[in-house]
Amino acid sequence: MFKLRSTILKDMRILTRDRLGLVFMFVMPIVLAVVITAVQNSTFEMLNTNTVPMLICNRDTGDAGKQMQTAIEKVGMFDLKQVMPAVTDKDISEKMHAKDAVIAIIIPADFTQKLKIKADGTAKKALKNFGMQSDAVITNDSSEVQPITLLYHPVLQESFRHSINGALRSALQVVQNKEVLKSLYFALNETALPDSLEKDLINSQIGIVEIPVSRDGSRNIPNASQHNVPAWTVFAMFFVVISLGGSVVREKLNGSFVRLKTLPTNYLVALISKQLTYLFVTCIQAAVVFSIGIWLFPVMGLPKLNLPADITGLVIVTLICGWCAVSYAIMIGVFAKTQEQANGIGAVSIVLMAAVGGLLVPSFAMPESFQFVMKLSPLHWCLEAYYGLFLEGGKLKDVILNIIPLLGITFAIQLITLIGLKRKNLI
Amino acid sequence: MSNAAVRIKNVGFTYPRQSASCFTNLNLEVQEGERFGLFGPNGAGKTTLMNCMTGLLQFSEGSIQLLGHEITHHKKEINKLFGFVPQDFSFYQELSPAENLAFFGAWSGLQKTEIKNKTAELLEVLGLAEVRNKKVEQFSGGMKRRVNLAIGVIHNPRILFLDEPTVGVDVHTRHAIINYLKKLNEDGTTLIYTSHQLSEAEDLCNKVALIDDGKIIAHDTLNQLMIDHKEDGLEGLFINLTGKSYRNS
Repeated sequence: MFKLRSTILKDMRILTRDRLGLVFMFVMPIVLAVVITAVQNSTFEMLNTNTVPMLICNRDTGDAGKQMQTAIEKVGMFDLKQVMPAVTDKDISEKMHAKDAVIAIIIPADFTQKLKIKADGTAKKALKNFGMQSDAVITNDSSEVQPITLLYHPVLQESFRHSINGALRSALQVVQNKEVLKSLYFALNETALPDSLEKDLINSQIGIVEIPVSRDGSRNIPNASQHNVPAWTVFAMFFVVISLGGSVVREKLNGSFVRLKTLPTNYLVALISKQLTYLFVTCIQAAVVFSIGIWLFPVMGLPKLNLPADITGLVIVTLICGWCAVSYAIMIGVFAKTQEQANGIGAVSIVLMAAVGGLLVPSFAMPESFQFVMKLSPLHWCLEAYYGLFLEGGKLKDVILNIIPLLGITFAIQLITLIGLKRKNLI
Repeated sequence: MSNAAVRIKNVGFTYPRQSASCFTNLNLEVQEGERFGLFGPNGAGKTTLMNCMTGLLQFSEGSIQLLGHEITHHKKEINKLFGFVPQDFSFYQELSPAENLAFFGAWSGLQKTEIKNKTAELLEVLGLAEVRNKKVEQFSGGMKRRVNLAIGVIHNPRILFLDEPTVGVDVHTRHAIINYLKKLNEDGTTLIYTSHQLSEAEDLCNKVALIDDGKIIAHDTLNQLMIDHKEDGLEGLFINLTGKSYRNS
């Protein structure tokens, strides 16, 4: 016990004197958590509360073009900026750059006219099907309604473009349905569709309530902090490889290892000491990042991190994630021949494992071919366990299926490390 | 009853993935209380033999006994019997001499009080008391050599292996180290020493062996070897027995 205590004391002293290592271990996760949460939060806000600048060029002179414009306004996603109908498509593209608008739509000149013809045709088809106007002549509209053109800036992400497209389609559907209804109503009653009835028929009467599915039954909506803080805590834990992997390599290279091998103490004592010391570090990292999420984020205008109800579960998951991260760092240190190698391989492998593990891209969006690789990444299981607690409101028993593979990976890493030490004649 | 500190019998060693043996059927004895010097040209096998004696390398043939114990058995028990001062600075430069001694003392099997007393004594004797709490990375080469030595002797070993313990130090430090080693030997520690500083070796060693190409080519007291080979110094004896050509191995 005295030997282990002395070794832990030595490791602690070396750790606290490694300033660069401390910066990597503590400052980096804080910066990552703050920056990524702030960026993601502002993206959410832009989508949910702010509006996207959009240029609109209505070349149509009829009602449908104006209705289309009104329908787009009602979507609430866009800050509409009018462009004169005479402006060419090319000039609109240039204006998009000049006015910093990422999208523009062009309503074609005969939009109302063509839409009315189309709506009349649809109404007559409907009446014929109802058996109310069997002898009606259905005009086969030779001129199709020209599509509305959507111009977008290439920087616009595909997912965001799809949501804009969806919003525009919904606006277009409203205008189209209105015209068909008007034609139908006129054909049946020979009077115009009353405004009140139009509103009742067109506007949706049924709302949509969004409810997050949580294990504890709570209906707290997960915010950007709930997503980001656990993810970047896991990332930071694994980044102990820079300090710990480097420390193992330094010990091998500076001859301390050689002397330790000639002393009447097993090197396993050193391995246990490093694991305990750095496990403590990973726990401190988690505590610091979580504290910032709870107390600093609200001051900065970011959403507050809500800790899971099962604090014991959180502590156990943190310990297991930390142990896995520490084991991985020691393995890198044992196999690397230089400190540069340990830093390079360590950092790159963690970024790769984070990418395939779902830290950078959500795991559900991962291609099927990557699903197996994803399951080999310890960061994936760490993240899933944390998400089970933070996002789903789960308890320890709910994330046990994430903890078991994580422990399995950790034991495998430990075994590889021991084999490596044995083969290198270090134990 | 033998009083051999080290007994090497028919030892053979080949580095992994190398066809040529480093040495075969090597025999050597170092008696307790000797100040034994192992000399030879670069690549002769001095460090390899010392690494075999300290258990850092595992030899394939023969046996090595330290104070009657086979080093392949009871390895950790045997490690208490000897100290090792490698040529490289084998300690933590981020720590102070006192912190290094506290750690290596614990790993050598000493208890807290023993470490405290021995640390105070060694730092005083080796002139490091004033800098006991300074980080070693700020020290000169000579001071680091003294720290390296202090760690090797903290547990009062009965045999002390020294691989070029004075390389790169000034005259004062060399004298201080050699005098301290003599004092240790007077107190009963057997010294097994390698160096390229032959004048220093003449001063320190009372028994020498010359190794070349994996074979012991001479082994006796320094005086007897000089009489046998009609030389008046270790350097002349060395050239006489190993030749003047460069060694590139």
